[in-house]
Amino acid sequence: MTTTGQPRLLGTDKPPTLVSRLMDNRWAGLAGLLVAVLAPFVIATPYALSVMTSAAIFVMLAAGLNIVVGYCGLLDLGYVAFFAVGAYTAGVLTTRVGLPLLATVPAVLVVTVIAGVVIGAPTLRLRSDYLAIVTLGFGEIIRITANNLDVTGGPSGIYGIPSLTANPVVFYYVTVAVVALAVLGAARLGRSRMGRAWRFIREDEDAAEAMGVHTYKVKLAAYIAGAVWGGLAGVLFAAHLSAISPTSFTFLQSALVLMAVVLGGMGSIPGVVVGAVVISLLPEFLRDLADYRFFLFGVLLIVVMLVRPQGLWPARSKEALK
Amino acid sequence: MSLLEVEDLRLRFGGLLAIDGLSFSVEEGEIVSVIGPNGAGKTSAFNCVTGFYRASSGRLALRGENLLGLRPSAVAARGIARTFQNLRLFGELSVLDNVRAGAHLWLRQGILDALLHTPRYRRSERECTEQAHHWLDFVGLRGDRYGAARNLPYGEQRRAEIARALARRPDLLLLDEPAAGLNQGEKAEMLDLIRRVQGLGIAIVLIEHDMGLVMDVSERVVVLNFGQKIADGRPDDVRKDPAVIAAYLGSEAHA
Repeated sequence: MTTTGQPRLLGTDKPPTLVSRLMDNRWAGLAGLLVAVLAPFVIATPYALSVMTSAAIFVMLAAGLNIVVGYCGLLDLGYVAFFAVGAYTAGVLTTRVGLPLLATVPAVLVVTVIAGVVIGAPTLRLRSDYLAIVTLGFGEIIRITANNLDVTGGPSGIYGIPSLTANPVVFYYVTVAVVALAVLGAARLGRSRMGRAWRFIREDEDAAEAMGVHTYKVKLAAYIAGAVWGGLAGVLFAAHLSAISPTSFTFLQSALVLMAVVLGGMGSIPGVVVGAVVISLLPEFLRDLADYRFFLFGVLLIVVMLVRPQGLWPARSKEALK
Repeated sequence: MSLLEVEDLRLRFGGLLAIDGLSFSVEEGEIVSVIGPNGAGKTSAFNCVTGFYRASSGRLALRGENLLGLRPSAVAARGIARTFQNLRLFGELSVLDNVRAGAHLWLRQGILDALLHTPRYRRSERECTEQAHHWLDFVGLRGDRYGAARNLPYGEQRRAEIARALARRPDLLLLDEPAAGLNQGEKAEMLDLIRRVQGLGIAIVLIEHDMGLVMDVSERVVVLNFGQKIADGRPDDVRKDPAVIAAYLGSEAHA
């Protein structure tokens, strides 16, 4: 799933067309941001705002997992662990210690980095399938731990987490701003020395090592970056719902984020943003179908993967050029 | 002091002694060929020097600095670059990005530079790209630099791999069968390229089966058989060495 499979870069040898140029440059990102900013002017019911805020948080998760899976080619089936660590750290510190939400951010950064190292350091010595299995295990360990500890509220979780603002419209815009910065940050990392090193590892770990890339450290860096993105998304999540419980952090969540990355196009920032929006909003649009909606959701995903195995908006080898 | 010193190197795979007490040295700026029948331990020796295999015993040093036990990236950081027998380009990435991999070790750029796009980030990216183009020009790559590396013709991929290794700015370049699979014209170009690399002051060790190329380009030839060195000297002397002839053509003992 990580390095095998279909060619991901149609159009590498074609001259740039108007469409590809539009899709390549930063206008695509600004257009996406514009859509997010204008959405509340189209529909601003509390329910719609809540769905859109969740979608934005989901985009941030996908951008974070894309660093690990898309850039670095490390199949992580327990990514939701970092989301949980961030959300619980913010939840515990606000409700038990009484810190304001913003003040928990430095602590969340520290804790997620530690979580990234603790989970990554032993697992990253493994390759491919073994890594996937162990990360799956860690994802479950974090959730079950939260389920059993007193400080995390056990199965009922934590509630009464203060939001940043009482106004859901303002909170939506704050979320969009944070997520936009996170997506931009992930894109910029991808175009840096580190981002290239991640791709070298994805393509050929031995050749990367021969070029002087300390593959273990660089993989750990990808893992930590993914952990930080996931953890900060967790803070937004806790603030958005004001209540968190272990049921929010199941394997299904990890699978959905991974699905967003694969559906959009691994390693492609616009791709994973589109993928995340589709995965998080499509079930809402299919709501009228009641019991059939997840059936149709599944069928649609299979159709997309059959028709466009490289993802909706695949990465090109030119991506790292600009 | 020699550039590379290999002393009494042993590599054991279970019951098989793949390299059995190998010693040789490479001087600054020298071209040395390592030849020998299939399975003689040539690539294993390369893998020991570059840290991909951990030698069971022996001494390995670059300019007197120990290399034994270092991981491959640390060996690369000491100044050794290599190519692989079966091309190991980053297939899905652009040719240019492949060569930029050579810049990994010398590019000074932090995470914050990348996140904030500081002037240092822009400067280092520009330098890295210019260098990549420079080395692609140097090896004479004609294909599309912006396309995926796997789309290049075979001979071009060989050259791109050498450009990637050169972008590392190594003191020692190890080439594992650089002419394998090339046609006559491409072989001549490869010969010329190897000479031009030497002209940069870079020492080269190459494994090669094409004896024409070996005899033409090498200043010294090291011959391996069954993990042991059986000859070491100027190409003309090695060619006449009875032990070498026996190893290649089979003597009565080995026939």
